[in-house]
Amino acid sequence: MGGVEKQRSIIDFTLSSLLRRKGKNAALLTVYALVVFFLASVMFFTQAIRKEAAALLASAPELVVQRTVAGRHDLIPLGYIEKIRGIRGISAVRGRLWGYYYDPLFLANYTLVVPEAFPWGTGTIVIGQAVARRTMTVEGSVMPFHTYSGKPVNLTVVNIMPATTELVAADLILLSADDFRMLFGVPPGLATDLVVEVANPAEVPTIARKIGALLPDTRPISRDEILRTYEAVFDWRSGILLTLLSGALLAFVIFAWDKATGLSAEERKEIGILKAVGWDTGDVLLMKFWEGTAISLSAFLAGVILAYLHVFIAAAPFFEPVIKGWSVLYPQFRLTPALDFSSLAVLFFLTVVPYTVATIVPAWRAATVDPDAVMRG
Amino acid sequence: MPLRKSTIFITFTLLNLAALLAIVAHAALSSRGAAPVQAMRRGLVKHFSLTDLVLFTDARYTRHPSMADLNTPFQDYPMSFEHFPSGSLLPPPPHVRAYGRR
Amino acid sequence: MIELLNIHKTFNQGKTNEYVALREISLAIASRQATVLKGPSGSGKTTLLGILGGMARPTAGRIVLFEREITSLPERFLTDIRRRTFGFIFQQFNLVRGIGVLENVMLPAYPCGERHAILRERAMALLELFGLAGRAATRVEWLSGGEMQRVAIARALINNPAVIIADEPTAHLDTRLSGEFLEFMARLKGEGKTIIMASHDPLVYEAGLVDRVVEMRDGRIVYP
Repeated sequence: MGGVEKQRSIIDFTLSSLLRRKGKNAALLTVYALVVFFLASVMFFTQAIRKEAAALLASAPELVVQRTVAGRHDLIPLGYIEKIRGIRGISAVRGRLWGYYYDPLFLANYTLVVPEAFPWGTGTIVIGQAVARRTMTVEGSVMPFHTYSGKPVNLTVVNIMPATTELVAADLILLSADDFRMLFGVPPGLATDLVVEVANPAEVPTIARKIGALLPDTRPISRDEILRTYEAVFDWRSGILLTLLSGALLAFVIFAWDKATGLSAEERKEIGILKAVGWDTGDVLLMKFWEGTAISLSAFLAGVILAYLHVFIAAAPFFEPVIKGWSVLYPQFRLTPALDFSSLAVLFFLTVVPYTVATIVPAWRAATVDPDAVMRG
Repeated sequence: MPLRKSTIFITFTLLNLAALLAIVAHAALSSRGAAPVQAMRRGLVKHFSLTDLVLFTDARYTRHPSMADLNTPFQDYPMSFEHFPSGSLLPPPPHVRAYGRR
Repeated sequence: MIELLNIHKTFNQGKTNEYVALREISLAIASRQATVLKGPSGSGKTTLLGILGGMARPTAGRIVLFEREITSLPERFLTDIRRRTFGFIFQQFNLVRGIGVLENVMLPAYPCGERHAILRERAMALLELFGLAGRAATRVEWLSGGEMQRVAIARALINNPAVIIADEPTAHLDTRLSGEFLEFMARLKGEGKTIIMASHDPLVYEAGLVDRVVEMRDGRIVYP
């Protein structure tokens, strides 16, 4: 039968036939590749973020205890530490100081965090990259702040965190506990929340329950819950993704519908001619298969490759305005490439297969006509 | 004899597949290369007791979604002024939604 | 070489618009002869031509080709036999628009899976023969009527068939081009091909190359 040569000859004809409507098919290919590009970009981006979140937040605190007053997160008395320290399985409890500071000069919101150990002492701060970018600050310069009572305070930047930390620290300002209390007027007996270390992670739910019972005005947040928060980020229900997905799906439906109903009289006649000159039904369907594949496979490959370059090499410039939203401080991070083959396969089956099927199916009926139909006119 | 169209198509497709393989290789190599940076970031999360990634800095509950009060996401969601688009990219954390249903 | 035994053909069988196109046709066609099916339109010429060429199946009756019964072969085998045995020339040429002359000529051979270089060489030789070598890359819709007709003949010959079947070949040709066409047919007959044509054009059935005229009317052979 000469299988390969036959396939190649049929591909030759298919391409000649596609080239007849160069403009239309080029437009189709471009739109198709763009659809795949956007879907694949979103896929790569969200998967990389989720993977990164899972890896990084695995070292987040096992348990954070937050106090709520009148439905709002409130300062927690350090006396609570003593109340829960005795619960079995807790290896350490300490108060955590953190909060937000609005800088009217640069219209930016910073996240102020007091680390467990801050070796630089009072009067100094360590800032994240986005803060440095926004305020055009270098090491050694002074940043002006206002305390809760309106008193101006200058803090010296002793260090700027490296660019590689942006994903976790872009908007951070690290400072000493004394400076934090002085800025916000937090009395010594209070902290933002409590961090609880648990020796055995399996006991976290039990301990959380016990804390809840012991301190009814608090709410424990486990690391598991933190991790699940980021598993849900950019999930398929998210507005933008839904818009994108439904847009892409609609586009495919339109393609498919156009194909299914759009087998023109001319195409029908052409299939008749092919049958009359000695092609059998299988050969005609093979040609249609290649027609669908040539377009959809090329679009899929081009789209996926461009999406990878976009997300991981160019750091997703098209998503920047979307992620940025209304924020003033925008982290610039380069994600670690993560390729998930199963979702690539899903994308393949969602894009290449339906299109190819939509190309073949309408030709089916036309291809089963008797070869002499052309003669009968 | 001019180049056959099928030759051009097959070559083009093979080149694309090669590029796809190059991507897979690149992904594998760079995620191995990123290991030290990852370890450093993890250390940072540990030392500063951080709970969230810096993705959206435009609202408290988008900057620290996992630390949001029980009430915040429901005050701001779904009928309020959305922080578009971060508000729609970032659903209320599951543990907060669970409380809300109780 | 082709024998039809008591062929019937009914279209839309069992429906209100049932239509009997052929009745009780028995006919033997000899090798290396030129046969013309003659008759008014609607007499069943084209239908019979389709059945002779293995394009359509009869409702009843048997077809024997080279002493082999082909009536009930599956499509795949029938198509394979058809494209190796018959070359078809259609009333309106039925070239595929928008693609080149050379590809149009090669088209019937594509499913055979022949080496491309060899096939191309053969197609070029045929174009050379019909004075079309210079037009190989031209799209068919830019050709003159005479050129289209020659492309159609070249396409019919690409698989080197033993039988050439032509349906109303002169219907869209003027007298000069009709004469040219018949000359080509005479040449092919001289090379040992069997020619079967359906026509009601006197230029065709009175032509010198024709050995036998079969007259049809209302789906039956009326003469001889």
